[in-house]
Amino acid sequence: MLLYLCEQMIGHTDTLTQADKAIGDGDHGIGMARGFEAVRLKLEGGSFAALDELFKAAGMALITSVGGASGIIFGTWFRGGTKNLAGAATLDSPALSAWLVDGLAAVKERGKTKPGDKTMVDALEPAAAAAEQAAAAPLDEALAAATEAARLGMEATKDMVASMGRAKTLGERSLGHPDPGAVSTYLILRSLWEYTEKSGE
Amino acid sequence: MVRKAKKIFNDPRNVVPEMLDGLVAAYNGRVKKLDGVNAMARVDIPAGKVALLIGGGSGHEPAYHGFVGDNMADGAALGNVFAAPTPDIILEATRAIHRGKGVLYLYGNYAGDILNFDMAAEEGIEVRTLLVRDDVACGPVENRRGIAGAMLAVKIAGGAAATLDTLDDVVRVTSRALENIRSISVALYAGSIPETGEFTFELADDEIEIGMGVHGEAGVWREKMVSTDTLVDRMMEFILRDMPLQRGEEVCVLINGAGSTTAMELLIANRRVLQVLAENGVTVHECVVGSLFTTQEMAGFSISLMRVDDELKRYYDMPIRSFGWTKW
Repeated sequence: MLLYLCEQMIGHTDTLTQADKAIGDGDHGIGMARGFEAVRLKLEGGSFAALDELFKAAGMALITSVGGASGIIFGTWFRGGTKNLAGAATLDSPALSAWLVDGLAAVKERGKTKPGDKTMVDALEPAAAAAEQAAAAPLDEALAAATEAARLGMEATKDMVASMGRAKTLGERSLGHPDPGAVSTYLILRSLWEYTEKSGE
Repeated sequence: MVRKAKKIFNDPRNVVPEMLDGLVAAYNGRVKKLDGVNAMARVDIPAGKVALLIGGGSGHEPAYHGFVGDNMADGAALGNVFAAPTPDIILEATRAIHRGKGVLYLYGNYAGDILNFDMAAEEGIEVRTLLVRDDVACGPVENRRGIAGAMLAVKIAGGAAATLDTLDDVVRVTSRALENIRSISVALYAGSIPETGEFTFELADDEIEIGMGVHGEAGVWREKMVSTDTLVDRMMEFILRDMPLQRGEEVCVLINGAGSTTAMELLIANRRVLQVLAENGVTVHECVVGSLFTTQEMAGFSISLMRVDDELKRYYDMPIRSFGWTKW
């Protein structure tokens, strides 16, 4: 599942580059591609008995390879989201909910961001809330709900004025463009959902 | 068709390590590359010295890593192009230069750099952090980006760290320098990202943008091309409104080229900056003209002023030897 995610994120390099070029410096796509390439190497190079080990390894790979703010933020999501995942063997709906809820809390603390700042938090927060609500539903439904919530959250960042990161000095000029980190958040969840649909899990 | 930059590279994904190999070689034995990470350190850091670590995204050469050297920084952590270095790189560099007296982290005020340096700072070595926030185009000081004025700050911090006994003292002197540095930039053409060849922003052929950041972050306003003197006068107004200078005060001046702006253009700008300062009764302690903090082939320049007194001049006047700036 995570390998599929890596392939997808590497495949989205241009989409993310264009999103970042509009309000940033255009390197978000390359950074995320580099990060998920590092995650792929880590996954292929080791065996992981438990879900939390897997996500921690993926998070560390992102932190030490992407650079910029994105590596720390997305790595913190993957790593911080494992807080209550000890013992989980595979990703099910309760694990998805825990991963998103705890990951969100870790990201907010590390990045000192709040909703409305036009960051990935604006996509991750509604996704976490949707996953929490769907924690009793089958995984594909929970992922579908989280993905749709992330998409709406990402769309909503178009109407926000950036107050964090390099885009903040754009002020009003950042209006009309989604936050690239929010786009990545949506794409990550969409990839996981697609994989679940395809594999019929 | 999207216009792409024309450049000589091997595999664009390897620009940082290959550039670092070349940079270390250009130091002719005075610095070394650290094993396994994109970081470098002086080879002869004295025992008991307060250490100075600088760093940031690559692609701004000679900044930051070209300012490691005698009476300058002890080490540098290099990120990928225009991206902050990761915590493991910063931590390795910190360990390599620490001599028991603590380490000052000095870098530009960017979210990515702060997140990564802060994470490295949590690892047990005594670290203090100072952010360069010299760009007056960004509103209140907490929003200000670090641009070319950072090199003046590194100069003072390097001198202080070579001379003073405690990290507290180095922090105090460097803070005083930072409080007295202001910069303003103008952009003419964008620089490109080596990995993609794409330019970081669009600016019409007859337009300039005042206050634009070193990565193409939006500036204060765009306007049609103007003459050097008109442009410099407007830029100086920005700086002097933010840091009013009294008659008789002294400043160091840095006219910094963004990458492809010619020395001729920079020197003409320098001429006008010095005229404006003279009209205001301000004495120039020293002016430096060159491309110290660049963004690939970006065209444009910045003006940085550092107000100096006897204490700051003492560190500014120290001789330095580094790839990016050597002064006797």
